[in-house]
Amino acid sequence: MKRTFPLIIAAVAGYVMVVAYFMPALQQVREDAEEWFNILAAIAMILGGASILGMHLRKVSDRRAGWGFSVVTLLGFLVTLYVGLFKVGVPPMPEYPDRAWTGEYIAQGSALWWSFEYIIYPITATMFALLAFYVASAAFRAFRAKNLEAMLLLGTAFVILLGRSYAGTLLTGWYAEEYPNLTLPGLTDMIMGVFNTAGQRAVMIGIALGIAATSLKILLGIDRSYLGSRNG
Amino acid sequence: MAMIGWLVLWFSAPAALAQDAATGIAEEAGNDSVEAAPATPPAPPARLVAEDKPNDAGNTIMLSWELSPDDDITLDEARLQGYRLYRADVTDPGRELEFELAAGVRDLTLQRDEFEDSHRLIRPSRSFQYRLVAVGVDGTESEPIELDTPISTTRSWFDPNRSWFLGLMLLISFWIVLFIYLAQKGVDLKIRKIAGLEAVDEAVGRATEMGRPILFVPGIQDMNNIQTVAGITILARIGRTAAEYDARIEVPTSRSLVMTTARETLESSFLSAGRPDAYHEDMSYYVTDEQFGYVAYLTGYMSREKPAACFYLGAFFAESLILAETGNSIGAIQVAGTAEPAQLPFFVAACDYTLIGEEFFAASAYLSGEPEQLGTLKGQDVGKIIGGLLIIVGCLLATAASVTQNPQMEWAVNYLKFSVLGTEEPPEELLDQDLIEERMEEEADGANGEEQAFGGAWTEGNTQT
Repeated sequence: MKRTFPLIIAAVAGYVMVVAYFMPALQQVREDAEEWFNILAAIAMILGGASILGMHLRKVSDRRAGWGFSVVTLLGFLVTLYVGLFKVGVPPMPEYPDRAWTGEYIAQGSALWWSFEYIIYPITATMFALLAFYVASAAFRAFRAKNLEAMLLLGTAFVILLGRSYAGTLLTGWYAEEYPNLTLPGLTDMIMGVFNTAGQRAVMIGIALGIAATSLKILLGIDRSYLGSRNG
Repeated sequence: MAMIGWLVLWFSAPAALAQDAATGIAEEAGNDSVEAAPATPPAPPARLVAEDKPNDAGNTIMLSWELSPDDDITLDEARLQGYRLYRADVTDPGRELEFELAAGVRDLTLQRDEFEDSHRLIRPSRSFQYRLVAVGVDGTESEPIELDTPISTTRSWFDPNRSWFLGLMLLISFWIVLFIYLAQKGVDLKIRKIAGLEAVDEAVGRATEMGRPILFVPGIQDMNNIQTVAGITILARIGRTAAEYDARIEVPTSRSLVMTTARETLESSFLSAGRPDAYHEDMSYYVTDEQFGYVAYLTGYMSREKPAACFYLGAFFAESLILAETGNSIGAIQVAGTAEPAQLPFFVAACDYTLIGEEFFAASAYLSGEPEQLGTLKGQDVGKIIGGLLIIVGCLLATAASVTQNPQMEWAVNYLKFSVLGTEEPPEELLDQDLIEERMEEEADGANGEEQAFGGAWTEGNTQT
């Protein structure tokens, strides 16, 4: 029963989504099913919060290595939860100036807004900025000319790199009027528009068929491993 | 007319804001001196037409009208702010409602002659009357225009634009089900080796030998994403192997629902491996929904714990390279799989094995080795044959249409492109034979004209020389 019931729910929800795609009259049912998922995900958030609390409290109480970071995590979690739930510093809506809690929880000037603006955004931007360095190190490794294929890859990358920058126009601009397709920007456009697009579409077709087959396996109950069981 | 409950749809232009301010200043100055002259209302728009949007749930009405003569961008001075559209629910005369359109639509006011009304009140059981006025810069409304008769909508039970898609889907599904049936009957199905999946046991074994943990990352999307589901199905197998080898596995997640699913999956995997005692809930835990917060945790974990094997199987975006490069720097054996084409090159560059697109979805069937599941892979192959045939036919048709300039060929190409492979209503001018012929003639005339002009200039130039 523990396996059968979720299987039935998954199959029914899946069939409803498929049928509703072709029947506009069932659009509302489809939207309702999506709402159910959101409700489930919201309830699961409580479990997520409990997981964070449990894990880090244990780490602190056991004095495991790096327990100080867990204290910071717990403090951050609880403070954010408090200022968000209780709308700390949220100005009231202009329509109801004398009523507290009427403003948006993330309204400008609130404590939650402040923490996002001055803590979360800079930190996430920093993490994202690191990507540039990772790209450089990955490119250095990927473009080593070890064999013919690697040399082709390196040559193509070189053309694209120059073609996407001012250097490409500067180096090959003098014959752009006579042979526009043979300039570095022209070659770049051709590589991206023909070879790259063809490859990407081939991958996309495979992905689409893979999604169809996976969905069918789940709808027919053939693949139950996502429920934690091979044989149901 | 019994029209109560007008709903106001209010459009205005950014220029109107400045105009309002200017008017306000003028009004303030004018109040002290003389009384303002009555404002002249602008000219009204004309021919308000409403249509029920076809092939929908009966919840959209399409409105169009002819612009007011005062809505002219060539005029030196703007005369209109925009238009106001009032709607009345004729079937429910007792209710009175009024609202404004969202601020984002206000900029679309002037020169706008159509609007799709998809308000939640619009349903097939109700009838609506509309009234449209032009609004002058001083706020005065023009004479209203109305629909001749109220409009009601109908609910479509089938969208014919998606019939080809339905047919193709049923065809591919038929082949998948047929191969599942054949596999159950014992027909031998040959599946090529997928290196990335062969490496799963090797990676888990390596982690066991080194006494280091295995890190499994199921992507950053929730359980409603098929990639996450595909990742979790592979986790079932990895979890079982880890349980058999007595290796430590960790599954940090960025969604709570994925955490609960991963816990269930791991519990069953350990149970099926005969090691229920080795399972504990903390193997899978929630970190954060924040994309780069999750990445920061994972990279920190990798640097500290140095897992021997890292699996990235799910939906990944900008974080893919950060994770894969960090894993590479600690010397972990890495297996990645995703259906995000833009992230595949990053995984290929930094991981030992990458499951590209369909391989990722084939993993569950491949690893299970069950005949029913392997049958689905063969069914996918038939889908690829159908796709390949459609590509060849499309290429041949498009080439023939381009070479012969034949309207029938052009029609066939457009039909394949928009009706067979598309799911939205195709543009009328591309599927109407007469319109295609007209357009081709115009294009041919245009080309001749250019040729003549070019030839004339060339001759003239020569003469001058």
